[in-house]
Amino acid sequence: MSEEKTITIEVDGQPLETKAGALLIDVTDAAGIDIPRFCYHKKLSIAASCRMCLVEVAKVPKPIPACATQVMDGMVVQTRSPMVLAAQKATMEFLLINHPLDCPVCDQGGECELQDVAMGYGSDVTRFIETKRVVPENDIGPLIATDMTRCIHCTRCVRFGDEVAGMREMGATGRGEHMTIGTYVAHNLNSELSGNVIDLCPVGALTSKPFQYRARAWELTRHTGVAPHDSVGSNIQIHTRRGEVMRVHPHSNDAINEIWLSDRDRFSYEGVKSEERLTQPLIKKDGEWTEASWEEALEAAASGLKKIASTDADQIGTLVSPTATLEEIALARKITEGLGSSNIDYRLRQEDFRGNSSAVPWLGQSIGSLENIDSALLIGSNIRKDQPLLAHRLRKAALKGAKIQLINPLHLDLHFDAAQMVSDPAGMVHNLAAIAEAAGGSHHLTEQIEVTDEHKAIAEELKRSESAVILLGNLAQSHPDYTILCGLAALIAKATEASVGVIPMAANSVGAAVIGAIPDHGLNAHSMLENPRKGYLLLGVEPGRDTNNPALARSAISSAELVVAVTAYRSLCLEEAASIMLPMSGFGETSGSFVNAEGRWQHFSGAAAPLGESRPGWKILRVLGNLLDLDGFDYSSSEEIRDELRDAHGAEPKVTSLGAAKGKIRSAVTGLARIGETPIYAADALVRRATSLQKTAEAREATAARVNPSVAADAGLSDGDKVAVVQGEGRAEMVLRIDPHIPDGCVWVPAAVPGSESLGDQFGELSLEKV
Amino acid sequence: MSALETKNRNELFTPEIRAEIDHEIAKYPEAESQSAAMAALRIVQDANGGWLTQERMDEVAAYLDLPPIAIYEVATFYSMYEHKPVGRNKLCVCTNISCMINNSDQIVEHLNNRLGIKFGEVTEDGRFSLKEVECLGACGGAPMMQVGRKYYENLTPERLDSILDELE
Amino acid sequence: MANEVIFKNRDLDRLWDIEQYRSRGGYEILTRILTEKTPPAEIIDGMKTSGLRGRGGAGFPTGLKWSFINRSAPGDKYLVCNSDEGEPGTFKDRDILRYNPHALVEGMLIASYVIDAHRAYNYIRGEFWEPYERFQNAIDQARAAGFVGNNILGSGFDCELNVHLGGGAYVCGEETALLESIEGKKGQPRYKPPFPAHVGLYGRPTVINNTETLASVPTILREGAEQFRDIGVENSGGSKLFSISGHVKNPGVFELPMGTPFSELFELAGGMRDGSKIKAVIPGGSSSPVIPGEIMMDLTMDYDAIAKAGSMLGSGAVIVMDESTCMVKVLDRMGYFYYEESCGQCTPCREGTGWLYRIVHRIENGQGRPEDIDLLMDVQNRIRGKTICALGDAAAMPVAGMLRYYQDEFQYHIDHKKCKVGAGA
Ligand SMILES: Cc1cc2nc3c(=O)[nH]c(=O)nc-3n(C[C@H](O)[C@H](O)[C@H](O)COP(=O)(O)O)c2cc1C
Ligand code: SF4
Ligand code: FES
Repeated sequence: MSEEKTITIEVDGQPLETKAGALLIDVTDAAGIDIPRFCYHKKLSIAASCRMCLVEVAKVPKPIPACATQVMDGMVVQTRSPMVLAAQKATMEFLLINHPLDCPVCDQGGECELQDVAMGYGSDVTRFIETKRVVPENDIGPLIATDMTRCIHCTRCVRFGDEVAGMREMGATGRGEHMTIGTYVAHNLNSELSGNVIDLCPVGALTSKPFQYRARAWELTRHTGVAPHDSVGSNIQIHTRRGEVMRVHPHSNDAINEIWLSDRDRFSYEGVKSEERLTQPLIKKDGEWTEASWEEALEAAASGLKKIASTDADQIGTLVSPTATLEEIALARKITEGLGSSNIDYRLRQEDFRGNSSAVPWLGQSIGSLENIDSALLIGSNIRKDQPLLAHRLRKAALKGAKIQLINPLHLDLHFDAAQMVSDPAGMVHNLAAIAEAAGGSHHLTEQIEVTDEHKAIAEELKRSESAVILLGNLAQSHPDYTILCGLAALIAKATEASVGVIPMAANSVGAAVIGAIPDHGLNAHSMLENPRKGYLLLGVEPGRDTNNPALARSAISSAELVVAVTAYRSLCLEEAASIMLPMSGFGETSGSFVNAEGRWQHFSGAAAPLGESRPGWKILRVLGNLLDLDGFDYSSSEEIRDELRDAHGAEPKVTSLGAAKGKIRSAVTGLARIGETPIYAADALVRRATSLQKTAEAREATAARVNPSVAADAGLSDGDKVAVVQGEGRAEMVLRIDPHIPDGCVWVPAAVPGSESLGDQFGELSLEKV
Repeated sequence: MSALETKNRNELFTPEIRAEIDHEIAKYPEAESQSAAMAALRIVQDANGGWLTQERMDEVAAYLDLPPIAIYEVATFYSMYEHKPVGRNKLCVCTNISCMINNSDQIVEHLNNRLGIKFGEVTEDGRFSLKEVECLGACGGAPMMQVGRKYYENLTPERLDSILDELE
Repeated sequence: MANEVIFKNRDLDRLWDIEQYRSRGGYEILTRILTEKTPPAEIIDGMKTSGLRGRGGAGFPTGLKWSFINRSAPGDKYLVCNSDEGEPGTFKDRDILRYNPHALVEGMLIASYVIDAHRAYNYIRGEFWEPYERFQNAIDQARAAGFVGNNILGSGFDCELNVHLGGGAYVCGEETALLESIEGKKGQPRYKPPFPAHVGLYGRPTVINNTETLASVPTILREGAEQFRDIGVENSGGSKLFSISGHVKNPGVFELPMGTPFSELFELAGGMRDGSKIKAVIPGGSSSPVIPGEIMMDLTMDYDAIAKAGSMLGSGAVIVMDESTCMVKVLDRMGYFYYEESCGQCTPCREGTGWLYRIVHRIENGQGRPEDIDLLMDVQNRIRGKTICALGDAAAMPVAGMLRYYQDEFQYHIDHKKCKVGAGA
């Protein structure tokens, strides 16, 4: 193809080799030749509207935009000719006549493209004596501050919404000089990627609301890091001032997050400064929490654990959060084993452990490759909310024509075309069995199953595609028949020659699995709670929010003799049930590593000073190990631990073997079935305390119970009613919302939100009462 | 989720309006129903006393399965869509060059005096509103104005009086 | 020699009716082309020979434009007629829609056949409701007669013809803005390349022609391309509709051979009204630079002659102004027009049109400053040639034109805070 042909062009007298058809601005960028621009952005479509990038091309009488010009062999380009300089000066003057030039009070100051380009290409006197344009503001929500008078109409934000976020929320209304960028009516941006417009906006029109007037760009120190929420492991820049985290920006990495960041990854840093941060070791004495010195608290923890271990080591259970670092998890495991117990687990939201425990739950392929698949079957995944940037990759694939199909217990609002098969939780198993049957896989479950055209179509699609992928998401992993779903997925994958994988839930789920934070022959996360232990070691776990069955978790932990919680936050459940709380440093305050969904090890350093007396988790556990007289705890840095782990476990995870579908179907209920999803802004301890994210409509709406109109009608309930959700012994009062996305026979009841701590398994039978 | 999103397409507008919009949609290739946005806004505006509200625009968006902002953009770009109440008779007076040099000023002044309103205003009885428009492509009949769908050309204050008398 | 093409049937009483149109040979050429399956290339050659240049303003050769379409490329192609007629001073297409709609229907069908388009749209400005009804009626009649729809005249050629009404935006006359508008979006011009012949309506190859261009096609092909060409002059084939307005006695639309002396057109329009004296003429719509009356009197109405005089034939919209006209006031009004009508997407036009208008408006209102004339010249120059579409140029050129011939009036306004011309103060 001619596109591939190498050609030569000349820019400012310098010959440049390039591919035919490339954009001139990309060619000059690569060659380090500076062409100013505002509307052009590599990741967005071409607008060619700001007219800042005009260049002179031989034989073309007028200056033309480099951002919209494809190079041709022999093209002779000038970027500094009198014609170009005049054009740049003209555009710069036009851009500034109506700009408020309020740089001293603008948050963009110091990192403003307009400011920078004006320095280089503008003029220092203004000839504009007319009244400047002033644009009225609309509030667009708690995350993004607007000052539209500063807007230069580059439309990057509008194109982002349309092309990347897949939600057209912003637009340019009005005409000519009256054209205004915004939402037209007051309307919160709802995209889970909305914060990216802050980076895209070249001026101070769209800035971070949580960061508003907090610091100037030049006062900030930048540290690279890894986002601690989903399993993408987005690369971030943590900006600190005097040791305090001030904001988070994306750090570009084309293989992982490209240049994007989900709002959760961008704004959750606010949770670092939560009032619930634990800043001092605490010991419960006679039911009262009392401050203690580190020595005292660690001694108490060590002697308590030793005591239990000395009688029956199996009475010790360790639960680790999959958002903890590899190093922390590794030391927690070492301590547990050192004490003689093999009860350790990170799979806190899993209920069904009948399957293959040793399988590493990872994607089975690279994140980038997801955008090149031509077909996907997602099982139990609210992909857009759980893994915003994986959803973005799938969206890209879908835009290129890939067929995305989903089997879920609720209908999703997706930003790409997809075929969605929605049913109650038990129906998911049936649907998957039917697809397996249609695909030609056989199994005892597939025998008496009714296979519809829809099932056949899904199977056909997977078979037809060259690169199909089957992925199990959060909702599958919390499903009471996860084992069966896995087995059926493996069956379908085999029959259709699709690849199969798991979308790991948290930032370090894969890491925890890789280094073996699972019981060898001990108790798993569920049985450790079902069969209460005498002593628990909790690493970053909030029992009422982080577990599949918080009621069970709370009762098990309350009845224990000793609960040592290494935690960044003092949560209600811990205050209720723990014996010792050891303050662990929080987001940005520690070094460590995560292994992301594609099995990539990513290490980061501490960026901020630990709050109060808190200490990095690995240091706390190291001292605890020493106090327990265990061997192998003489690390002097987290890097040492990492290197040791890398040597032992550093190979890429093996392709997941999901095991066979065995056991009985457990998800069928006779009454109403709970769909217990963990909402995007309730996923972990940090984001739950990020105040601005909690103010979003997304977070506020996620505290309600949801049923479809017919379930509501049957129960005599209407939208806005206050209801009690009754699950076993548990009872939670919530507002009811009517939502056609929820299937018949089901109630969507969020997990991990305030009020849900008294409820049971994320899936299971429940009833509704009007209150 | 707004109430609109859950609303059935067939609960929007009257059957007549839906039929009219559907007729417009049919003019365009399948999957290009956005093309009918302008016509849909016009039809809905006509049925709504000559102007659009946010609710009406949202309904058009829902009917055509478009994000509301796409409709706001269109409805605020074209000058024939109104976002404030207008009179039963919207007098659109051209003041562009050919009309201007043929004394459109005098026509405007006469209307200002007779109706007691300026451009952008509505008479108290709601019978008339006044709008300044750009060249309407009838310069040979300057000065001219458009009322509803009809052009009135070669205006003089006297002719204007008799035209206004005729308009309900 | 007037009224040979578009207004050929002007003597008929109901010339918009299909029967009357057919009584003068209407639809004959379409029928012949479709039944004989005339090779499209032959028709294109004819169009090239005729010397017909686009009547929308830019004057691009029509045959050449049609030849850019790759007929054999798979997928849809579109024909679009531009009846947006928004350029101040222009009012000819309205008369075609009202008085000769079938010529346009026939022309659109022929053009569609040539480029293998099965859907054609006529974009009519939204204010033209009555002309739209006439035209729609013509489509309905043509459909009833078997000229529109599937398998036209049994030829196997399908073509649907529909109207898309505008919503009030001058910029939609620009061809790519017009396409955006048909797509149901704001009328914001697209950056070219790619040109509509490659990426047009719905991303498909598209030809866009002006109403008058397309309405000329049947006569050209029926009566012979050479005959049409010879009506006009070198480089400006055929006859043309001239809209003449302003201070003339009988304003209106006149069809005259290209190259007709302006003085003849002026005579036809009855000369100046009330015995006033001609001062200046805008020869091709408001975007074309003004020419003083005495220079104009020596010019002929064709592309080259008007260009040589430093202006443009444009859409053939002639605005005649008498000596009572204040040129500052005229430019003030025109400046306001472009400021109001700029689409807003590209910087020089969005910001520059408003700036130009405000400067002129200040001068008109006695608040001009000595440096304003230089500033005006500089700002218009900074817009020119740097915008996505030609609206920026259209806004800039009249400024330069006015200052070329009437700078003294601007200077007087600035110095004396009032108008030099008796009437306007
Ligand atoms: C701002 C602007 C307004 C225009 N308005 C019109 C118009 O109203 N009618 C028209 O036919 N062409 C108009 N044009 C020219 C069209 O872009 C295009 O050149 C023309 O429709 C092509 O048809 P033709 O080749 O038959 O002339 C306009 C161009 C510009 C830049
Ligand atoms: S708000 Fe910022 S990103 Fe959006 S158009 Fe304006 S300057 Fe561009
Ligand atoms: S960067 Fe090229 S026109 Fe804006």
